[in-house]
Amino acid sequence: MALRGGASRLNSLFTSRRFYKFTPRIGVRGLSENVTSKPAAASGPETAADHLIYTQEHFALKESLRKIIDQEINPHVDEWEAQGTFPAHRIFKLLGSAGFLGVNKPVEYGGMGLDFSYSVAVAEELGNVRCGGVPMAIGVQCDMATPALARFGSAELKDEFLLPTIMGDKVACLGVSEVGAGSDVSSIMTKAVRKGDEYVINGGKMWTTNGTQADWMCLLANTSDGPPHKNKSLICLPMNLPGVHVARKIDKLGMWSSDTAEVFFDDVRVPCENVIGQEGMGFTYQMLQFQEERLWAVANVLTTMDNIIQETIQYTRQRKIFKQPVLYHQAVHFRLAELQTEVELLRSLLYRATALYIKGNDVTKLASMAKLKAGRLARELSDSCLQYWGGMGFTSDVQVSRFYRDSRLLSIGAGADEVMLGIISKYMDMVPKK
Amino acid sequence: MSGRVLVGVKRVIDYAVKIRVKPDNSGVVTDGVKHSMNPFCEIAVEEAVKLKEKKLIKEVVAVSCGPQQSQETIRTALAMGADRGIHVEVSGKDYEALGPLQVSKILAALAKKEEAQLVILGKQAIDDDCNQTGQMTAALLDWPQGTFASEVSLEGDKVKVVREIDGGLETIKINTPAVLTADLRLNTPRYATLPNIMKAKKKKVVNMKPADLGVDVATRLEVLRVDEPPQRQAGVKVETVEDLVGKLKETGRI
Repeated sequence: MALRGGASRLNSLFTSRRFYKFTPRIGVRGLSENVTSKPAAASGPETAADHLIYTQEHFALKESLRKIIDQEINPHVDEWEAQGTFPAHRIFKLLGSAGFLGVNKPVEYGGMGLDFSYSVAVAEELGNVRCGGVPMAIGVQCDMATPALARFGSAELKDEFLLPTIMGDKVACLGVSEVGAGSDVSSIMTKAVRKGDEYVINGGKMWTTNGTQADWMCLLANTSDGPPHKNKSLICLPMNLPGVHVARKIDKLGMWSSDTAEVFFDDVRVPCENVIGQEGMGFTYQMLQFQEERLWAVANVLTTMDNIIQETIQYTRQRKIFKQPVLYHQAVHFRLAELQTEVELLRSLLYRATALYIKGNDVTKLASMAKLKAGRLARELSDSCLQYWGGMGFTSDVQVSRFYRDSRLLSIGAGADEVMLGIISKYMDMVPKK
Repeated sequence: MSGRVLVGVKRVIDYAVKIRVKPDNSGVVTDGVKHSMNPFCEIAVEEAVKLKEKKLIKEVVAVSCGPQQSQETIRTALAMGADRGIHVEVSGKDYEALGPLQVSKILAALAKKEEAQLVILGKQAIDDDCNQTGQMTAALLDWPQGTFASEVSLEGDKVKVVREIDGGLETIKINTPAVLTADLRLNTPRYATLPNIMKAKKKKVVNMKPADLGVDVATRLEVLRVDEPPQRQAGVKVETVEDLVGKLKETGRI
């Protein structure tokens, strides 16, 4: 069989029935036309030796996760975006079996017992998924619904909820925001009233990622009458209990592949043992969870931003206007250079905060700054890049328009920009004391 | 039988990278370019690990010949389930000139030294597409070979190999020790799970030089020039079959 040139090795791979499922952008290993041989978005040193926080194991982790993303997730993303949901149980089981869902969780419960820098590596690599919804859902599963449980939960609770979540057998969701309370967490209304050795829960939660598929919810509820920061508890709530109503799946501007639910609680009874840690400490625990959640979100969007810039460069290099590639017009490549600069700055802040965090420091201020910048930069970047895609950027056929929609959430969810500014101001001691 | 399988793994430019020829046409650009394990070598490692999991063999040893960075490739094999690694260090000009003949000499020496029951390699590397190392290694060892394997089963001290050949599939039974080369459909390589990646850190990788094995890696080949294939020319559209025949005659195609 005489096959030609570079195409032959890839042809043999293409004809395989189940080998690497190529996404369109990888394609045949062709030859470049005087462009750099560096693959898309290789920012930062390749070798572990020079990296600020990553070792060889971090890179090995990313490589392995990338394979799962390329083979099991990316080929289905368009389908899932169209359906408005993705098979959480299947994907989480896959990731859980490979050890990616409990990277910084205790070994006794199926975790890897590694430090948070490994979670950041996972979050970064998930930025290679071709949508925002699936990584967001994975983030909830591995780093948003579970940190408090891992740190403060009883052994029985961890056995029942943490272990299966890390293994990918149970899908988790986080119930904090409500219709009447988002940024102002302390004003949530869901009540858990003690009756004997049970809590009776009434109320509802909003914006629940994974809500329609979750097996359990990490629920923040008022468990007593007292000062609003001291009367709340985190409760492990099985979602199949009588009285739990998943009212609707919300139709959103972006993050289409992630099912977001509105949930109601109608006299739901749950054993008192399901409270994580101490009753009344829920608010404090939840605030602790947020640091990791915010750094995770930043790590995730950085990779996606790198990818969008690279795709925009590739598109504008071949798209011609006024007889030359769009990219060659100075306004265009200067703007992309500016955006890449900002991405690198944010990346440095992320690594700095992560390095401090794994040493045991409180990085609330830096994490809030990073989250604030990430939300704003993602909007700026997606807007500028979409402009350079021209008419194509306005279609649903391209990645940049999906990113434009998905990234808008970053300034709102997991702590709105305004909340971040409030936290930073407080840490800078600029806010009048009550 | 020792129950030991030697698996060769090669560090190559990642399949997804766009290749660029060096300006002086002496080779391709490799500096700063993403490298990973040759896909056929991954399949070879997977097959060896599978045999170990079925308890048909006892130990999987991953071998790579190359510079310092080849150790990363060995680590990937360890993360997939290989037990230990051997890094035969070849760098600089020697590495640029390293080809199937020298590698087979090294592998043959190691196979004897390690008393391997099987040597499993990828059928070819995606950078040079030689498809020679497996065959040469078998010849140097005077061992039977089962190349282009799409199915391997150990039966006592023999191996049944289903080979992918141009005409279809050929099944052969050969004695061990033997050399096998993995073809695409032999298996689907596993993801290195995170627990295995962390365990791989503790597995031993021994370092040695070709001279330690009594192998001379001097090359007998000289690469004169490397060029990109000619740019694909645009096609020509014609209106009728007569036009097509005419054009073909014109350009001397028929």
